[in-house]
Amino acid sequence: MPSAPQTSGLRWSNWNLLLLVPLLMLITPFFNFAKPAVFGLPFFYWYQFAFVPVGVVCVGLVFLKTRDEPVEHGADHLAVDDLDEGDSKKGKR
Amino acid sequence: MRWTELVVFTILFLLVTVLGFFAAKWRQGGTLEHLDEWGLGGRKFGSWITWFLVGGDLYTAYTFVAVPALMFGAGAMGFYALPYTIILYPIVFLPLVRMWSVSRVHGYVTPADFVRGRYGSHWLALIVAITGIVATMPYIALQLVGLEAVLRTMGLNGGGILGHLPLFIAFVVLALYTYQSGLRAPALIAFVKDGLIYLVIIVAVVYLPSKFGGWGGVFSDAQAKFDKTPALTDGTLLNANNQLQYVTLALGSALALFLYPHSLTGILASRGRKVIKRNMVALPAYSLLLGLLALLGYVAISAGVKPITNQATGRPDTNTIVPVLFGQEFPSWFAGIAFAAIGIGALVPAAIMSIAAANLWTRNIYKEYIKKGATPAQEAKQAKLASLVVKFGAVAFILFIDPQFSIDLQLIGGVMILQTLPAVAIALYTRWLHVWGMIAGWVVGMGWGMYLLYTIPNAAAGKNHFGGSALSLSKLSLLGYHPFGTSSVQIYVGFVAVVANVVVAVVVTLIARKLRVFNGTDKTAPADYHVDEDSPRVKAIAAH
Repeated sequence: MPSAPQTSGLRWSNWNLLLLVPLLMLITPFFNFAKPAVFGLPFFYWYQFAFVPVGVVCVGLVFLKTRDEPVEHGADHLAVDDLDEGDSKKGKR
Repeated sequence: MRWTELVVFTILFLLVTVLGFFAAKWRQGGTLEHLDEWGLGGRKFGSWITWFLVGGDLYTAYTFVAVPALMFGAGAMGFYALPYTIILYPIVFLPLVRMWSVSRVHGYVTPADFVRGRYGSHWLALIVAITGIVATMPYIALQLVGLEAVLRTMGLNGGGILGHLPLFIAFVVLALYTYQSGLRAPALIAFVKDGLIYLVIIVAVVYLPSKFGGWGGVFSDAQAKFDKTPALTDGTLLNANNQLQYVTLALGSALALFLYPHSLTGILASRGRKVIKRNMVALPAYSLLLGLLALLGYVAISAGVKPITNQATGRPDTNTIVPVLFGQEFPSWFAGIAFAAIGIGALVPAAIMSIAAANLWTRNIYKEYIKKGATPAQEAKQAKLASLVVKFGAVAFILFIDPQFSIDLQLIGGVMILQTLPAVAIALYTRWLHVWGMIAGWVVGMGWGMYLLYTIPNAAAGKNHFGGSALSLSKLSLLGYHPFGTSSVQIYVGFVAVVANVVVAVVVTLIARKLRVFNGTDKTAPADYHVDEDSPRVKAIAAH
């Protein structure tokens, strides 16, 4: 990336790791059984339904916990942006 | 003819038609003659509107008839729709807000706009745009399949070209108000659509199983049916051969969904990062709904549902099982509401998809190659016309070509759109992949994916080619070398193709970097990917 400025475009929070938890539902040997059934639903089905709230909680936690991180308002990079704007406008007009 | 159902359906259809035309005035911007307004609804939808719009967009009528139909026919395999739509949101949560921010700063309307800005390569952008358009077209046609399943169940099941007339009328109406109101039309109609769908599914899931001895009875009926069939691939649980297919299909579909241009349209139309993040938490409500709906495929087995024979093709259409189930088990007035829910459910995604395809055409082909100096008003005009062409193209697909063809094409479309993963998704994070690496990866992923799909037969449907997306590992050959021997374990073709795509992209990137080949100019700055709605850097909406 020769043209990119030194500031990194990536922000990391360890809370983001929670986003990996719902992927556990992809391990089919964990749940490919009929028993125990709940309300007549085999384990295979209600186990996967149970991952709906798991997914919601994980994504929700990441949302709440990373909310305070500074969002770029970009004053420092205005110069770079202005240059780009000038470029792209030339093409449009 | 089922008159009560038809009357209820028609009333609700007229209601959304009025809404569709009225939508042009709803939260009006300065002008509709700009893609920010016509194509993205003014980029100002809040959390609620976005929830209904994106929910109405992703969970389409076709999904609502095809997933239960798959459960009805194949059993547990059809349930992949639930893990697919659960893992979807954690996967896209972070990339989508980056995509929103960079698009908001630079005024991007389509994923190909982003690729153009990120790599400065109109070739790569063209590849992404064409892939998007080609993958979206059959998807629109499939919405018609969903709508037609309902119309035929209500008795509008004529033969020949005339048999398609009700569908044609419905689509002309849709085309007209989308032309006039743009994205605001589906956004407003989505409230009605999703409201009806929630009502119908919740009633169906609570009421129907009790008629057949509860869920326990439903599942034993389903297992009994699958035990009787000679095929070993069906059943209420997965077997040794289709577990990998189940997982890779769920994962591959989740990776593909937000690469579809129409999914991004809903995201880019939202007001800010917070709106998107809130929706990633709230949208799984639809997944729950989809999972419950999938189980209705088993309820249809208990109810002894027989799919209706499509008079236009002469074959039984399994996509009619849910409409038939509703017609058979609900009182007629409620069946009418249920049919309207599915029918209107086809209109919302069809409108958004045609807008997204029209945006791609306008921004990345028309403006890039045909009329370079197009003004925003000319862009909007072009997109409106393109949305008409796209919709009538989709109708022509259904009218003149076997609907089965659009189902095959949609299957292919899913594999195709996945091949834009490096250029659209990976590029959000890094420019390490070289532009030529991604083009080479796309060619290989696309070519191999299409070839593999071509080789898959489907004995049940009497087809030698394009019989499904499940590939036996034994058929997987690397220039004659079979890495998995005679294994009969199955895997999703799209997954194989995208892995090949990424591997080729990496190898070519390494070579291109060694040779110091020019890698395009990046017009985006790292900070662009974190900008929010209150920033002074966002581009003015509908500005020149």
